[in-house]
Amino acid sequence: MHPAPVKLACRNVWKIYGPHPERLLQGGAVPTLSEIRESQHVGAVRAASLDVRTGEIFVIMGLSGSGKSTLIRCLARLIEPTEGEILFDGQDLLKASPSEMIEIRRHKMGMVFQHFALLPHLTVLQNVAFPLEVQGVARNLREARASEVISLVGLDGREDYYPRQLSGGQQQRVGIARSLAVEPELWFLDEPFSALDPLIRREMQDEFLRIQKKLKKSIVFITHDFDEAIRLADRIAIMKDGALIQIATPEELVLNPADAYVAEFTAHVPRAKVVTLGRIMVPGAAENVAGTLPASTRVEACAGRIEAAALPHAVTDDAGRVIGHVTPRAVIDVLLGRGGA
Amino acid sequence: MNPLALRSLLWLGLFAVSLALAGFAPALGLAPVPVPFWLRVDLAGAISAAMRWLVETASFGLFTFKDLTRAIAALIDLPYQGARFVLVEGLREGRGSRAVTLIPPLGWLTVTLVMTALGVWAKGWRLGLFLGLCFVYLAAFGRWESAMITLASIVIAVPIGVAGGLVLGVAAYLWPLVNRVLSPVLDLMQTVPTFAYLVPILFLFGFGPVAALLATVIYAMPPMVRVTTLALRSVPTELEELSRMVGCTGRQRLSKVLLPAALPDLMVGVNQVIMLSLNMVIIASMIGAGGLGFDVLNALRRLDIGAGVEAGLAITALAVALDRLSQAMAQRSQRPGVVLRGSVWRRHRWGLSVLAMALAISLLGWALPALQTWPESATLSTKGFWSDLVKYININYFDQLEAVKGAMLGWLLLPVKRFLLALPWPWVLALLALAGAQLGGRKLALTCAALGLFILSTGLWEQAMTTLYLCGVSVLIAGLIGVPLGVLAASSETAARVIGAVIDTLQTLPSFVYLIPVVMLFRVGDFSAMIAVVLYALAPAVRYSAHGLRSVPPELIEAGTVCGCTRWQLLTRIRLPSALPDMLLGLNQTIMLALSMLVITALVGTRDLGQEVYIALTRADTGAGLVAGLAIAAIAIIADRLIAAGAAQARARLGLQGETAA
Ligand SMILES: Nc1ncnc2c1ncn2[C@@H]1O[C@H](COP(=O)(O)OP(=O)(O)OP(=O)(O)O)[C@@H](O)[C@H]1O
Ligand SMILES: [Mg+2]
Repeated sequence: MHPAPVKLACRNVWKIYGPHPERLLQGGAVPTLSEIRESQHVGAVRAASLDVRTGEIFVIMGLSGSGKSTLIRCLARLIEPTEGEILFDGQDLLKASPSEMIEIRRHKMGMVFQHFALLPHLTVLQNVAFPLEVQGVARNLREARASEVISLVGLDGREDYYPRQLSGGQQQRVGIARSLAVEPELWFLDEPFSALDPLIRREMQDEFLRIQKKLKKSIVFITHDFDEAIRLADRIAIMKDGALIQIATPEELVLNPADAYVAEFTAHVPRAKVVTLGRIMVPGAAENVAGTLPASTRVEACAGRIEAAALPHAVTDDAGRVIGHVTPRAVIDVLLGRGGA
Repeated sequence: MNPLALRSLLWLGLFAVSLALAGFAPALGLAPVPVPFWLRVDLAGAISAAMRWLVETASFGLFTFKDLTRAIAALIDLPYQGARFVLVEGLREGRGSRAVTLIPPLGWLTVTLVMTALGVWAKGWRLGLFLGLCFVYLAAFGRWESAMITLASIVIAVPIGVAGGLVLGVAAYLWPLVNRVLSPVLDLMQTVPTFAYLVPILFLFGFGPVAALLATVIYAMPPMVRVTTLALRSVPTELEELSRMVGCTGRQRLSKVLLPAALPDLMVGVNQVIMLSLNMVIIASMIGAGGLGFDVLNALRRLDIGAGVEAGLAITALAVALDRLSQAMAQRSQRPGVVLRGSVWRRHRWGLSVLAMALAISLLGWALPALQTWPESATLSTKGFWSDLVKYININYFDQLEAVKGAMLGWLLLPVKRFLLALPWPWVLALLALAGAQLGGRKLALTCAALGLFILSTGLWEQAMTTLYLCGVSVLIAGLIGVPLGVLAASSETAARVIGAVIDTLQTLPSFVYLIPVVMLFRVGDFSAMIAVVLYALAPAVRYSAHGLRSVPPELIEAGTVCGCTRWQLLTRIRLPSALPDMLLGLNQTIMLALSMLVITALVGTRDLGQEVYIALTRADTGAGLVAGLAIAAIAIIADRLIAAGAAQARARLGLQGETAA
């Protein structure tokens, strides 16, 4: 597998709040957490480095106050980092002039906000068309485009409603539609579903995955719900006290936590939700098989099928070549939390 | 003994000493402490000289200061003449009685129709009907022309005030430096009483409607600046971030995101500008605004009871109408509307039909003059009724009224006045500094003493003490009436609704109006002034105590109930102490309103700082007027800072108590 090109990268990004943040970092100093605290500063983001690849859903997780929102706002340059580098398609965002920033944001970036950030004086249609209006797109063109994305998120017929006439889930769909109206290459989502109740949240996650399958954006997604992260993420970054502790696939995170904190974080995750067939297969083809499954399938998704069959299933790689097989026994081990996996 | 009780004891002792000082100093033949010459500063003279220099010689090279004031005057006069043309005069040929009207102004029916339509649009038929009735009242009682003159001023002053407030408020939001410069200026402008604005404006712009308009705008603008800055600050951060994420330019951010999102709050500011403008336009009749205010002033001067009451009622009708309308519009801006699509006609059907009807009526007015001007024969008058009523009261209840007045004067007003005037000034300054030190520390002590010294240096000490006495007594009485009303409003929904409605209406009335009934019943003097001040300043006392009582945490009350408190104990032991910080804020507001009203009661013959301002106004003596105004501001600031510090202490104490209890 060859990884997709990097869309957005940040290198050693710091955001320190307080009276003299720049002094703490003077001359390349690397202050510790306690040094920052003792000098009456808050280290909201500390030495963060990460790559987001094209077409990837990159999830940032962490407890409340761990600096997720600050980091994503630094990535979008809504907040100026105290130090560091942010590369968007290889260009340093922090060196971009105000007019360059406006251009980039108008055409290449989109953001969905935690509390929706809908303009109360505009209708659904006008809210969704708003980014285009700002760009000076003619009215009929922008409204046609807005109608398109509105039906993409399933809100047909609500074009003339005002935000306060919609439910929370509907409002968030408007927020999503609005950020899609300009077809951004990079999509930021800051806890987009956390204000919604569990049922609607799940529905929205499915919707989100459906849209992403169609559009293939590069996505930075914040959540503090591990289930949500597992469902959506290609890779997850765990954040604590402003620092990124581990960046890995959900499976890696659960099976090989970098430290006790991550281990604790992932302790209650049912293995079957993250472990893939590739990890529990026996290499080599089996003589008789009941069927074939791709190696990236998660156990949870195919456990019933494997368990019900008398014979093992063959496991194939991305190219469709058989690379191993899984037995019902291995699947049951995962389900019961037995053994190494 | 706890420190609080100790402090109370100290002040009790100080009070006793003060009484002794005030009582015995004259008896022992001790002359009042003279003010040393080096403490006397002729600030008034200096200001007057500076103003004269400005008007007579100051020049900016290309043009003089005088040219500048003329240009400003012309700039304001133009739209004002336009508004007068539309509402009052129309286009006439010739002068005096031989004038021929070429184009008439909007007739009474047209204006009433438009107001009704606005009411319906803003809220519904009920409001529309109410507005229509208010305007019919103005026409039917022969107040139309005066009301339209007043309305013309407001129609011009409000947009200027709102626009100016918006611009300054946005600037203060965008640039911290502007905010830092602006905010003390706004603070001062809110404490300097209304009359004091009039003096320099009268001096610079002369007697007439333009000067009055300018004063109105200056007076009504500061709250709009504040509201704008606050409203913009309280737009959710996410919306601000949204504006940047979609790539708004600076101007787009303001015009497409921040201002529209802040609109409901801004409309509250617009309502304030309207009401303050009305208040000031009425007061500014003293420098030539004309209109309803002039009618009141005239009636007061001639003691023409009927005319005064009628003009007062007309102002009330106009004030309530404008207030309801602008509040409804503010609420409307929060309601989602129905999106209409289609042609211009379909989208603006309502507005266009009203316009067409107004036009039709105006045209019909050529043929049917009764639609244009309310026919003289049908004009109603209640003048006689009011005169008779007042005469009746004065004849039948004269003794009772006099007895009340005499008792209040003899037992409360005069003793307090004598006491305060007899206090030697060094003692007063020392007490001020001590209070400052106890409530807020050294800085507050210095502030209080310095402001006291300033008052002393103006040579207006006696007048200042008179102001203090009138204000103090009025606030005391307002508190005695207001707090129980607040308790009542906090304890029952019905009471809250009734009291709220009365208080709201009282607050929309321009301060001038309060003088009318008072003068009718009690004639001129300190007692009348006091009653007017109490009426005007009552609202915050009621409102803040009700609010404070209502926001006492329910657990506290439950805790009290569980301990077996009676209702009275609950009130005195739990609710009132917890509501204290809020009530102190109410006290602060009451004092501010009392001071601003006190200045206006100069018209009924008080002898305080307000009178100084009033005299300065009649002589166009800028220096004297401003200095007296600043002295009032000094009193206001001292009171404000002391009470704010006291409230902060009370809050800290309550917080501490909560901690030890937990
Ligand atoms: N403007 C600010 N000034 C000072 N400190 C700030 C500021 N903004 C954020 N912080 C601090 O930075 C830290 C990280 O905040 P941030 O909002 O990024 O957390 P978060 O991970 O998004 O939390 P949540 O899950 O609650 O949204 C917090 O300790 C917060 O108090
Ligand atoms: Mg957050």
